Amino acid sequence: MAEKKWPETWQEINPGLMVFKPASARSYLTGGWRAQKPILDNTKCIKCGVCYLFCPEGCITEDAEGYFMADLNYCKGCGICYHECWPRAIKMVED
Amino acid sequence: MSKRIGMEIALAAAEVAALCRPDVIAAYPITPNTHIPEHLAEIVAEGHLDCEYLPVESEHSALSACAGASAVGARVFTATSSQGLLYMGEIVPIIPAMRLPIVMALGNRALSGPINIWNDHSDVMAVRDMGWICLFAANGQETIDMIVQAFKIGEDHRVMLPVLVNLDGFQLTHVVESMIMPDQEEVDKFLPPRKPYATVHPDNVVSMGTLGLPEIYTEAKKAEDEALINSKKVILEVWKEWEKTFGRKYEPIESYKTKDADVIMLTVGSMYETAAIAVDQLHKEGFKAGLLNMKLFRPFPADELKAAVKGARVLIVTDRAVMCGGAQAPVCAEVKSVLYDEPVRPAIVNEIIGLGGRDVRVDDFIKMFKKAATADKVKPERAYEIYGVRSS
Repeated sequence: MAEKKWPETWQEINPGLMVFKPASARSYLTGGWRAQKPILDNTKCIKCGVCYLFCPEGCITEDAEGYFMADLNYCKGCGICYHECWPRAIKMVED
Repeated sequence: MSKRIGMEIALAAAEVAALCRPDVIAAYPITPNTHIPEHLAEIVAEGHLDCEYLPVESEHSALSACAGASAVGARVFTATSSQGLLYMGEIVPIIPAMRLPIVMALGNRALSGPINIWNDHSDVMAVRDMGWICLFAANGQETIDMIVQAFKIGEDHRVMLPVLVNLDGFQLTHVVESMIMPDQEEVDKFLPPRKPYATVHPDNVVSMGTLGLPEIYTEAKKAEDEALINSKKVILEVWKEWEKTFGRKYEPIESYKTKDADVIMLTVGSMYETAAIAVDQLHKEGFKAGLLNMKLFRPFPADELKAAVKGARVLIVTDRAVMCGGAQAPVCAEVKSVLYDEPVRPAIVNEIIGLGGRDVRVDDFIKMFKKAATADKVKPERAYEIYGVRSS
């Protein structure tokens, strides 16, 4: 049987809705909230890492060459990286 | 050995809270608070209690600190009153939802405005539905006893809920009374150290205070409601054990001269003892008056209430708070809802008394009894009356 995403009935709830599984929030993919997604243009990117620093979701990572990419499983499409990217290497497009 | 003492009740509450060996006390110890946290600060400062005393910058911080301390497994105590409780407001419903045991002594004082701080129950009634166990003390002795009982009840793994010990502001908090104070050995024996169900610690994997999305919030609330309802079993157990150990009996609804009573009055808190004098006087006149005092308000003792009013023709429910714009005052609203399905039930009169420290004397209670005696024949004009209000 597949593991339940959340308790089915009230009797299955841990007291106080405590969660004893580490990092369980990772299984909740917030990417589904997104309306727009960021497209990072590596020809304009100067590898400053401002997008990485400002991403409130912490879903932007640096690749081996020092460029950045958003993990679309978690990116909520807030556009903060687009707003902060001063070389304008990021644009938001409909998802 | 227990010892008889004469002491201001707020100071006695602090003394007994110290005997419960709390690990953390967080409070904002100025008005509207009572002497409880002030005296606890002295006890800690003088080295009589090994405890982290946090004199925080606000009540909001006080209860937040208590939540954190309880989450790491500490035994936690706090006290507040009136606006202080409302300033804690944001955190108040979170504590029971997280199933964190904390004991709070609430010196019941009126809410502003107008600015008042004298005694009534408008503070506790504002948070009555937020998931805390609510006990009401009628005197100093009950205050002392209930504080010890509250830790044992709240920390039980079948309960794990915060407990509000209500004691009337001024009428109890600032009054010197004769009380029996248990000693350290007796309290230690009755109340062993807390064994937390789970603790926030780097070695344990646990998240507390998690998000409840629409898919789970309903079930979480149902579980919380059930936890509070089921706590009654443990409350009764603890009270039985208390009676066995200390010889003082506690029950959800205490009754006085209700056998064959024609008109019964229900009080909550310290008004009980004044009303009892009125009942004695009425009995001398041949008026069959009876009296009930609700010591347990949450979880609501519905079955005990039904049994206690059986046979009465009229029931007077006293309230110490106005439910502004509501159909009824808060205690009576619930009493009526509990008795609605009973095939035979008394006529119910709702008297709102003692607002913002207004004295309610023995002759006032006698007047209420006599006026209510015809309530089953002549329906009162309104669902509730604010007793003694001056009108032109």
